[in-house]
Amino acid sequence: MQQNILTLIYLIASVTFIVGLKMLSHPEKARNGNLIAAAGMTLAILGTIFLYKDDAGNTLHNYGWIFGGILIGGIIGTLAAKKVKMTAMPEMVSLFNGMGGACAALISIVEFNHFSEVFTKPGWSEVPWNLTGNMIGHLLTIYAGAFIGSVSFAGSVIAWGKLNGKIKDFSFKGQHIFNLVLLAVIVGFIVYLLFDLNPSNYKLFYLIPLLSLLYGVLFVFPIGGADMPVVISLLNSFTGVAAACGGFLYNNKVMLTGGILVGAAGTLLTILMCKAMNRSLKNVLIGDFGGGNTVTSSQSKTGEIYKEITVSDAAVAMAYARKVMIVPGYGLAVAQAQHACHELEKLLEEKGVEVKYAIHAVAGRMPGHMNVLLAEADVNYEKLLEMELANDEFKTTDVVLILGANDVVNPAAKTDPTSPIYGMPILEVEEAKMVIVNKRSMKPGYAGIENELFFHPKTSMLFGDAKNVLQQLISEVKTL
Amino acid sequence: MLNFISENQQYIYIVILMIFLGIEVIGRVPSVLHTPLMSGANAIHGVVIIGAIIVMGKAESNNYLALILGFLAVILGTLNVVGGFVVTNRMLEMFRGKQNPNKKK
Repeated sequence: MQQNILTLIYLIASVTFIVGLKMLSHPEKARNGNLIAAAGMTLAILGTIFLYKDDAGNTLHNYGWIFGGILIGGIIGTLAAKKVKMTAMPEMVSLFNGMGGACAALISIVEFNHFSEVFTKPGWSEVPWNLTGNMIGHLLTIYAGAFIGSVSFAGSVIAWGKLNGKIKDFSFKGQHIFNLVLLAVIVGFIVYLLFDLNPSNYKLFYLIPLLSLLYGVLFVFPIGGADMPVVISLLNSFTGVAAACGGFLYNNKVMLTGGILVGAAGTLLTILMCKAMNRSLKNVLIGDFGGGNTVTSSQSKTGEIYKEITVSDAAVAMAYARKVMIVPGYGLAVAQAQHACHELEKLLEEKGVEVKYAIHAVAGRMPGHMNVLLAEADVNYEKLLEMELANDEFKTTDVVLILGANDVVNPAAKTDPTSPIYGMPILEVEEAKMVIVNKRSMKPGYAGIENELFFHPKTSMLFGDAKNVLQQLISEVKTL
Repeated sequence: MLNFISENQQYIYIVILMIFLGIEVIGRVPSVLHTPLMSGANAIHGVVIIGAIIVMGKAESNNYLALILGFLAVILGTLNVVGGFVVTNRMLEMFRGKQNPNKKK
């Protein structure tokens, strides 16, 4: 009876995951979708705690530990998720993803210990030792869980460190080859221990998670920061597969369903993100994008000069324009300037200026980053133009105000085949009559490449922190 | 091999159908929702917590290594689930009220 109820609960939970994920891909329904999936998850967790029985019919024990763990994890998780700033959300997602990966890896390790316990028992050596097909299947899921979970954990932590600037890009010569060799070694160990596990070599298992951690670190290290969203999405789908391994291990269908669902959806999402940047996944993973030594400011043409504009000139130019387009980027997010930005927009509109936002799909550190940020400041949804629409409108725009965006407006993506971002669709801001670029300094953007837009005759630079500059602009416009 | 497939056919069916479903379900997501969707999917694979609970609940009370590892796994899994859903909800809260922006001042 209990078992049947639990089966029903798992079925319901699986359906909520599918429906939740489906609803998450519609703007109006997304929030409810999230809540539905969360409700299903709660049900599945409670059901497992109280109704689960193993094959021998034993219920679970150690309730104190279980509730203690859930309590600690729940409190830390809620606080971390509530306190994190909007700008730091991508990092947070990466970190939570890493936790899931680590969880899967730990499960595998405990299960392996359980499996190999027989080897330590006295009198063991006299028993004939033979791996059956089912045991091999069992071991395979353990190894795969340990491998994928560890890679996902280490990779996610590195991605987190990179996004919040704690870890710099790092790569050494021949790293791709080293990574491939390392991967081959791990797979070799897995195959070896799969078919020839015995009392003398079973301790080698612990090398699998260890080497996988190293692989996860080296896998993410050389990938440029601008590609982190893609990497996080990929690691996200890895963790899904690791969770599914747990599903095989315990014949647990809800874990299997949830894990594979995320694994497949995550992989597709990764590809969609790559498409938004017009790059292939392979290119992202081994492309040395932003991390290599070739893209340092080698081509900074020292002879070229940029011109600066004062705040009051910029304010005048915008207040008397007919149409202003704002191009937000990571600089806006870092400065938390979305509210100031919205205020400037309202002020200009009062003066009869048409104000719109041009949102590049990968502006900021995550696709959709800017939308979320501007939505927080109550910017009207209809004012946010996606790239193609925006590109049509630049021709009739008087002033483009770029707030901390760089690579997404770099014309080198169209004109310079040697540029690492060549082929990425960009916002064609140089079509407008005037371009004002707000940046903190002349430092290149996240991809680490020079932007010739800044030296364009139409372009004027307005240096400073986005929030500061916007506030100054607001007070200037008010006096006009 | 064939034996293995027929013994585990249920699971193989689930895996194959879920792969197609996963692709189908998010096939036409607008790029605005990429981040919340990733975050939501992130929370869903937190279902791995169930494995952690089983590990924890099965561990013998004198097997300290298993208890400690299991305990850690439960904490990490819960972090993944709770943090994942709360972050996603916070992101999506930002979209609220956008459908009828005229009502808002």
